[in-house]
Amino acid sequence: MNAPTIWIIFPLLIALPLLLVNNQRMLSVLGGTIGVLLAVAAEFIPIELAMSVGGLSFKIESSISILGRVLTIQPTEGPLLALIYGAVALWFFGAEASKTAARLVPIGFMITALMIASIAVEPFLYAALFIEMAILLAIPLLTSIDSPPSKGVIRFLIYQTLAMPFILLAGWLLGGVEASPGDLALAAQSASMLGLGFAFLMAIFPLYNWVPMLSEEVPPYIVGFLLWILPTITIIFGAGFLDRYSWLRSSPQLAVALRLAGLVMVVTSGLFAAFQRHLARIMAYGAIAETGFSILALSLDLRLGIPILFLLIPARALGLAVWSLSVTVIKEQVETMRFSATRGVVRILPFAGAGMIIAALSTSAFPLLAGFPARLALWQSLARDSLSSALWMGVGIVGLLTGTFRSLAVISMAEEYTGWKPRESMAQRIMLGLGVIGLFIMGVFPQSIQYFLSGLPLMFEHLGR
Amino acid sequence: MPLFFSWFAVVVILVTGVGLLIVRDWRWSIILLAIQYFGMFILTLQHWPLGMASVKVVAGWMSAAILGMTRSGLPSQDFDEGSIWPRGRLFRLFAAGVTLLIVAATTPSVDTIMADAGFAVTGGALLLIGMGLLHLGITSHILRVVIGLMTVLSGFEILYSAVEGSVLVAALLATINMGLALVGSYLLIAENAQEVEPL
Repeated sequence: MNAPTIWIIFPLLIALPLLLVNNQRMLSVLGGTIGVLLAVAAEFIPIELAMSVGGLSFKIESSISILGRVLTIQPTEGPLLALIYGAVALWFFGAEASKTAARLVPIGFMITALMIASIAVEPFLYAALFIEMAILLAIPLLTSIDSPPSKGVIRFLIYQTLAMPFILLAGWLLGGVEASPGDLALAAQSASMLGLGFAFLMAIFPLYNWVPMLSEEVPPYIVGFLLWILPTITIIFGAGFLDRYSWLRSSPQLAVALRLAGLVMVVTSGLFAAFQRHLARIMAYGAIAETGFSILALSLDLRLGIPILFLLIPARALGLAVWSLSVTVIKEQVETMRFSATRGVVRILPFAGAGMIIAALSTSAFPLLAGFPARLALWQSLARDSLSSALWMGVGIVGLLTGTFRSLAVISMAEEYTGWKPRESMAQRIMLGLGVIGLFIMGVFPQSIQYFLSGLPLMFEHLGR
Repeated sequence: MPLFFSWFAVVVILVTGVGLLIVRDWRWSIILLAIQYFGMFILTLQHWPLGMASVKVVAGWMSAAILGMTRSGLPSQDFDEGSIWPRGRLFRLFAAGVTLLIVAATTPSVDTIMADAGFAVTGGALLLIGMGLLHLGITSHILRVVIGLMTVLSGFEILYSAVEGSVLVAALLATINMGLALVGSYLLIAENAQEVEPL
């Protein structure tokens, strides 16, 4: 038995029979349970360590060889797998409430397995190929065969596909730079290639226009899942580049470029969210800001930046899950998600309304919520490096908060004497309630997730130490 | 492989690339795409053995067949780009000419970066990338978008074959090509869902 078989090949295979299941509840429970089992196994079963159970001795190998190349899951990557599959389980348990389980659970498993393969493949720059496969699988998730694909889907396909060639070529060029470190021209070319590849892949400004388009046209819960898993694993893959190439890690220009890209994303998404009049698009800008925060974390001294990056991940997963589920529930009950059509909606959807606002506040660094500790640490570290950067981050956060309070004002703007008539199903109420409680717990007791996060930087050889 | 074949492949790629930009009948587009993959195969042969290079052309032809078979089952209509896109053939020829000039100007420097892959190989690859990007820039039609993406990827695959000979990469790129064609077919069927349903 080996680790890639358990955490990559098994989820890929299990997705096939799940495609045939039509029962939303069964899919959701089955998918969530398998996700939890995979997460627990990743956290507690050691890799490359002989174990004895009832007289039976066995060892989980870390590698598997495929077509002359190797997929390796290092023992230090166990906590990351636990985090990813734990979050995947959370998304799958919520899929029934959002009525997207039929597509999300099986295809979600395949996408997750391919994204993990992208971290596991050696040489690591082949990761771009696995990410591209995950992108292609995301298309049937995003669009039904019964309705014409939207412009956002086409743009998503184009932008994400264009990333692959840049990253593969950059990987090859970086090898050349390693061989001749004095060749500054080659270093600049490879860094530009890498930058372009990641700009496409992570939807860095100005290449993120497909994100709000997609959130408007596609079920928000599905968009939320993709906006969580793709950037999260991509940024870990990007951090892998920094870990392997010391010249890249120590380049002051790279830190400046990352800071600029992160700030532009946080500021523009904050400003767009502040002036937006569409609830799903505000969520999309929140997700873009989340990516901006992650990039900002990478621009810091990496001994501080990497722990902050990992601290951002669980808050992003839970926040986006609650936000997108809330928006999905609201979308079911209104004609459009524009402000004009969602006035006073909190009277009929109190759980969804509260979930949306609390998740948005969490993304906007509101105290006592899940997003706050990571953003506070990020803001503090950024201010130590550059006060003006911290100020710009503040501008972005104010924009996000403005968008959130405008949304709150609109959804609570009901006619006078309108009664409370909740229309959410029991499953929706339970999932949203638990999600909101989770956001508070992670905000008030951030140390509660430290057990899972403390070992994560060990997956890198040089970063975060 | 004699140099003549490489330059012949470049000419084939130029003709198919320009052809894909200006033809309006989807049948011609599929035929030109298949010929383009043959040109790509010849250029890939410069650095890869026949067996591995064949993977490219087989995967490419299968992708073209997938797209062609799907399109043939849909209601017949030529590409309609809508009023915001420049539709004139003269404009597209002009844009293709500009792309050709840019490719000619950049080929020597890119060839140096790409471990002296050869002018024909680098030029052919850049031509495909340029024409593919041009295609993506002036269309919103799904079949054309997918053909544009496949063209860009073909160009990249030629360049990458000069520096990377891994079997896994060849297999994954072939899978991605066919996956792109399947996604294109899926989107084409979805786009025409309302028209197809009554049948």
